[in-house]
Amino acid sequence: MATITDGQGPQETPNTQDTRQTKKETRAERKERERLLKYYSASQWTLIWWRFRRHRAAMVAAAVLAIMAVLGIFAEFVAPYGPTTRDTKYIDGAPQIPLFCDHNGCSLRPFIHGVKTERDSVTLRAISVPDPETRVFVNFFVSGERTRLLGLFPTTIHLFGLDDPKAKIHLWGTDDLGRDVFSRTMYATRTSLSIGTLGVLISFVLALVIGGTAGFFGGMIDNVIQRITEIIRVVPIIPLYMGLAAAMPKEWSTTQVYFAMTLILGLFGWPTLARRVRSQLLSIRNEDYVVAATLAGAKPSRIIGQHMLPSFTSFIIVDLVISFPYMILSETALSFVGLGLRPPTVSWGVLLQQAQSIRAIEQTPWLFIPAVFVVVAVLAFTVIGDGLRDAADPYGGK
Amino acid sequence: MLRFTFERALGMIVTMFFVSIMVFFIMEIPPGDYADRYAFRKYSGTGVNVTEADIQAIRRELGLDKGMIFRYFDWIGGIVLRGDFGQAFAFETSVVKVIGDKAWLTLGILFSTLLITYIVSIPVGIYAAVRRGSAADYGLTIFSYLGLALPNFLLALILLYFANKYFDADIGGLFSPRYADAPWSLGKFWDLITHLWLPAFVLAWSAVAYQIQTVRATMSDELNKLSVTAARARGVPEAKLLIKYPARLAINPVVSTIGFDVNRIFSELPIVAVVLGLTELGELLLRAYLDLDMYVAGAILLLLTAMIVIMNFVSDLLLAWLDPRIKLGA
Repeated sequence: MATITDGQGPQETPNTQDTRQTKKETRAERKERERLLKYYSASQWTLIWWRFRRHRAAMVAAAVLAIMAVLGIFAEFVAPYGPTTRDTKYIDGAPQIPLFCDHNGCSLRPFIHGVKTERDSVTLRAISVPDPETRVFVNFFVSGERTRLLGLFPTTIHLFGLDDPKAKIHLWGTDDLGRDVFSRTMYATRTSLSIGTLGVLISFVLALVIGGTAGFFGGMIDNVIQRITEIIRVVPIIPLYMGLAAAMPKEWSTTQVYFAMTLILGLFGWPTLARRVRSQLLSIRNEDYVVAATLAGAKPSRIIGQHMLPSFTSFIIVDLVISFPYMILSETALSFVGLGLRPPTVSWGVLLQQAQSIRAIEQTPWLFIPAVFVVVAVLAFTVIGDGLRDAADPYGGK
Repeated sequence: MLRFTFERALGMIVTMFFVSIMVFFIMEIPPGDYADRYAFRKYSGTGVNVTEADIQAIRRELGLDKGMIFRYFDWIGGIVLRGDFGQAFAFETSVVKVIGDKAWLTLGILFSTLLITYIVSIPVGIYAAVRRGSAADYGLTIFSYLGLALPNFLLALILLYFANKYFDADIGGLFSPRYADAPWSLGKFWDLITHLWLPAFVLAWSAVAYQIQTVRATMSDELNKLSVTAARARGVPEAKLLIKYPARLAINPVVSTIGFDVNRIFSELPIVAVVLGLTELGELLLRAYLDLDMYVAGAILLLLTAMIVIMNFVSDLLLAWLDPRIKLGA
């Protein structure tokens, strides 16, 4: 910002021709001039992107989130097994970390130990224990369970798996039904992220319409809408969600429940965003260009969409990103207590339901792994939101 | 000030009126009504055949056959005039009896949480602002990110796990088994206090993270004001100066968001209550929802919201008292 105010910048760029004739500029000077030229001719979005790129934490967070999204989208390919596939030979099994070395020496290819069945010396129940004498090799792009990639393209290729088709690999262990925690977490990532996205989109549209109406028309309409917003904001949100979720009929299919959940999350997520839209609209309602558009006979929807919205889109995007964590946390919390998504749908909350008691965490701590995903996702969204806010601020420097 | 108080009190009543309508709608959403569920629960397994006429009879007896508006006024009238919140069918008694002293336990949790939140966040936020850019400041920033990202119920699970693993203690619940059903006594009260710190800590977790940031931001702004520079030039001791000028103002945003904090605490309470086994309103609310015991659920939702509205009112008054400029603006 400093370079703009000290007069080296935009004033000089138009008459560069003269400058070159009167004085031979040094290399450094030319570089600086070109940099400034690029800076002043860049669009708003390019500027935001440049500033965002310099925010290292936000870039890392964006990368983490992108990886998570890819894992979720291609869950069928990444996960070696389906979300409900059971491995009855390995129930409540511990994570199997691929090894390169064991007491029998080293191998260049990663392997895991085979599983053998033994009787527990105390309870005499059959339990699965790793057999350190056998090796099963891990391979990439192996053929396994038949699935449909993205639900469309049939495939049998999975990212990784075992050479031996009879053995199974459970990177993050299995639950009490012998279902693979890693695979389930991948599918859950898809559900949780998509439900968050849909919820945010629904509340975004509502916020635009409601906040837009209130801010553009003002007066009586604004008063009524403000009152309604206030009432929704005063009721504690998760108990409210819980009430609506509890009303979902028990016989609904998983798809119906899924969409009902996105609707519930979206229907009450708009107040914060609507307030932002409203206050922005109110502040620019009397700007000359808006008055001009009105005089030219433009319809309200066009004035809002074409003339007013672009002036604060960046702020809205920041708010959108910030509202993601609330959606994800709400969904997780609701599913966690059994009022949200229901099995066989898997989401982070549904998976964590199995880790609800201390005993479960004590005996099968790997069931807690989805919690890491929740924390990382929320953290990533928060950091990206902060980075975007700094980047979208027009006075934030270059 | 009197006029201001009166206006806010009036606003409070209007808000509660609309909230009650909304709560009533939520009570009405689940398919079937109280009579259906009552009949089903009472006669299922007894071999008695319940006909549609029997259900109609129950419905008439309870006044459920009237129109929605009448039912709303029956319900809200009972609450306002007689303190009667209706019947809890799963417990076969009145909602008031089911709620009982759980309301007081909830208040206990709420106020201990608020206490922890403010005792921790205000001094720490001020410290972070004064030591801007220090290692401690960065550490606190990371903590507040985590405070926002780690959901309370997961924190509760982790704490339970560690307490169980390293101290072999079950720290959940609100009472030791010895006092769980005992009548109130000094011993029981002390027992409650020794159990209260954990839910209070868990619930305060995200509130603290949030408020530290608020206090830090306001305090940083205030520290750059000329009043601070002037006081420093006069030779006012640093500690006294901090308390007298910037810290006084840094508290304002905290006071103005008390209602917001209460809202957040109540929002997270049901889930945390399930994990920690707290026998208070949040847990009861969840159970009522799962049983579709809508009169209980409605009563609790109304009570929680009323508490938030009252705390909003208190926060408005406190703020007007702390910062007289507010009154003029309102």
